[in-house]
Amino acid sequence: MSRAARERYSLRPTAQLRRRKLVNHLMEAIGTIAALAAVAVLGLVVWAVAKRGAGALNRDFFTELPPTFGETGGGIANSIAGSIVIVLVATAMALPIGVLVAIYLNELAAPRIRRSIGLVLDVLNGLPSIVIGIFVFGLLVIGHGQAAWKASFALAIIMLPLVARATQEVLALVPDALREGSLALGVSRWRTTLGVVVPTALGGIFTGATLAVARAAGETAPLLFVSSVTTSQVSWDPKQALQSIPLTIFEFLESPNPEDHEKAWAAALVLMTFVLVLSLLSKAFLARSRRKLAR
Amino acid sequence: MTAPAATPSRPLRLSTRSFGDRLGDLSLYGLTAGTAFGAVALVVLLVYELFDQAWPAIEKFGLGFVTSHAWDPVKTKFGALDFIWGTAYTSLLAVVLAAPLSIAIALFLSELAPRLVRDVIGALVEMLAAIPSVVIGLWGVFVLGPFLHDHLDSFLDRTLGWTPFFSGGVPATGNGLLTAVIVLTIMIIPITASISRELFLAVPDELEEGALALGLTRWEMIRGVVLPYTRGGLVAAVILGLGRAVGEAIAVTQVIGGLLGIHVSLFQSGDTLASRIAAQYQGAATNIQVAALVYLALILLLISLVTNVAAQLIVRRFEFQRTGGA
Amino acid sequence: MAPTTDTIVPVAPIEVAQREQSRPAAQREVVFDVRDLSVFYGKSPAVKGVNLEIYRTMVTALIGPSGCGKSTFIRCLNRMNDLIAGARVDGKVLYHGQDLYGQGVDPVSVRRWIGMVFQKPNPFPKSIYDNVAWGPRVLGMRKGLDDRVQRALEQAALWDEVKNRLKRSALALSGGQQQRLCIARALAVEPDVVLLDEPASALDPIATSAIEDLIHDLKRDYTIVIVTHNMQQAARVADMTAFFSLDVHEDGSRNGILVEYDETQKIFTQPTDSRTEGYVTGRFG
Repeated sequence: MSRAARERYSLRPTAQLRRRKLVNHLMEAIGTIAALAAVAVLGLVVWAVAKRGAGALNRDFFTELPPTFGETGGGIANSIAGSIVIVLVATAMALPIGVLVAIYLNELAAPRIRRSIGLVLDVLNGLPSIVIGIFVFGLLVIGHGQAAWKASFALAIIMLPLVARATQEVLALVPDALREGSLALGVSRWRTTLGVVVPTALGGIFTGATLAVARAAGETAPLLFVSSVTTSQVSWDPKQALQSIPLTIFEFLESPNPEDHEKAWAAALVLMTFVLVLSLLSKAFLARSRRKLAR
Repeated sequence: MTAPAATPSRPLRLSTRSFGDRLGDLSLYGLTAGTAFGAVALVVLLVYELFDQAWPAIEKFGLGFVTSHAWDPVKTKFGALDFIWGTAYTSLLAVVLAAPLSIAIALFLSELAPRLVRDVIGALVEMLAAIPSVVIGLWGVFVLGPFLHDHLDSFLDRTLGWTPFFSGGVPATGNGLLTAVIVLTIMIIPITASISRELFLAVPDELEEGALALGLTRWEMIRGVVLPYTRGGLVAAVILGLGRAVGEAIAVTQVIGGLLGIHVSLFQSGDTLASRIAAQYQGAATNIQVAALVYLALILLLISLVTNVAAQLIVRRFEFQRTGGA
Repeated sequence: MAPTTDTIVPVAPIEVAQREQSRPAAQREVVFDVRDLSVFYGKSPAVKGVNLEIYRTMVTALIGPSGCGKSTFIRCLNRMNDLIAGARVDGKVLYHGQDLYGQGVDPVSVRRWIGMVFQKPNPFPKSIYDNVAWGPRVLGMRKGLDDRVQRALEQAALWDEVKNRLKRSALALSGGQQQRLCIARALAVEPDVVLLDEPASALDPIATSAIEDLIHDLKRDYTIVIVTHNMQQAARVADMTAFFSLDVHEDGSRNGILVEYDETQKIFTQPTDSRTEGYVTGRFG
């Protein structure tokens, strides 16, 4: 090895390299700061809700009804019951339909139809929920009155694209070998789909459902139109207009009473915890079912 | 994704298949196709329904509604212009703030951080998306708004008060356009960052290796290969974020102050289409007011459809380009 | 060249190409001095104890069955293994006497002088011109860019085919053309060494032979190290050949090792190790 070569092909950093590395470090710093800022905002919101809401969380909060005018104390038992009913009924509506749509798109439809309907579903996913609320109001409420199941219908429309897309993704992961094996045995298409393909995809369907529930539980806008003139009794009847947690938070905000504000924070804490736990669960589940199918 | 043909490919003597099988296949096809096309019908029905409810206002105000400043429930004169401005202004500003931040976060999550950090922070950013808008609105009213009012507004007034964005003096409350824009930015970032991250992760390793093997730094590789490669998808992600901002009603209505007027200064208040509908629907006094609010919803729907369809088409065009039609 | 001992009977005659006499040992200048190099992915060793020297303006081929660490080894020469999480390099690699893995040595500097062409052609989603010009531009070589691009494309034997469509997308080229574009791209920054990791294995025979002709020309100006699973290719283009194989231990663990390294002629006609003999005569591998 010659000295000349060593000089010419030196590995020592040059000024230019130092400059380029500085720019590199700067960009890395910006990326890191941005990510930390996002996490910080999450932390700020969660912390504020937890701090301000925890104070009003007691047994009464969950079991008592809202106080009559002028009185203090009480809870949001009616909202909790109402939310449970509305979300459950919405899931019962959206889940089977979403799965059926996904089956059609992934197993049976021609590619062009699949793309077009897929586009429609993606657009439906992006529609403002307030528009959906007005739609259901016009379709079902005008002339007939509000009801919890009608609110469920609105939420189901919001949930549908989520369930359908998640189910589609999972169905696509089911290996063709499974389908072909069953069909080659002479088993009909419908039995193959329902008996082999769908059961294999159940994990992913569950994940999609969880995500959709998390989204629906937090929606407020449709409820404004479809289930807002409510009783303050605890009721489990879907035919009635039931109060719900997001709407309660929204209404407490408007109130001048500071105690209502405290209850709003507490309700927000309950709702946020529920939604975040569900989101984490669905993510864990998604990772698990992806691993299982990839094997 | 597979696309097995809907009809069997080998010639099948129908008489040899059981009736149950044929019925089952037909039923499955009919049922699933029915629901799928039903979803399409739902969207059509939705547009029709909105038109129907808005009709009295469409009849009375016509297209002039879109350019009118008025909003007087007593004199029943209504116009959408203030809210169209509010929607466009707040959403566009939010996107301008959110897009670079989202891309920076997505690059961090896909290129920079070690695997463990990536997964944790990625999950946290997605959790931000999961927080219900009413909770963000609550936080906006009681935490963000007062913070801005007490600490940031006077600083902004002093340093940037000469710009049109912060002119007119410090506002009296924490509610206003500034708070709304920040809230919207917070809501857009998780969506845009998630999609961008997926795009960056999909850049083939060999392309990145090729750039690094030339003796380029990581950032130079990102700037020269990763960003150009994902350009179309990034545009779509940003437009999807815009669509989200446009449609947000609850969080915005809680913090924006709900006043009329077209302002550029973020210290002022205003209102957006979605926010006004949410605020006034329940208290609407006359039928014509309700119809006017639905007319607003129709305009909102149109804007939302245009942005969403545009984003989806760009995504599909971009996918096609990238995979060469494969 | 007829074999001179009885024990080696080639299954098929291997044409060891006529080439100018290899330079005598004293005139060879060492570019890489590899001492006891081992590479670990996590706990498991991929290749162990490699000792060899790579000489200037000569073509060195790395041959052997798959999984013996040839690619792993060549990626050590430009520190591309740094990109793999959990990869660890033991031993020393001296480049013109400088420690490649020394303190304060940035892989970016290393790759400035030691370029690489990959198995699968990986042109950037840019125009043909920009593919070649981008690297030099970023590295600050902005003057005479057009000439530089032309020279690189000429050296890669691609200029005539693309000179009228430089602004078109590189992705529209055929596989063989894309690979020559990748070679041009690597040459445009004027490296000292060019590493080729199975550059023709994804190409058809015609494109392959074009690449081999290219290598003959390139070695005048550059030091070339090439990994190939095709023995005949090594015999055709290389001055020196290194044979890698698998070392299997009692506990079942295995790692790659360098079995023999010598002038190509000797490896193919008078190998000293029986494993080498077994491989080049086609008895295994």
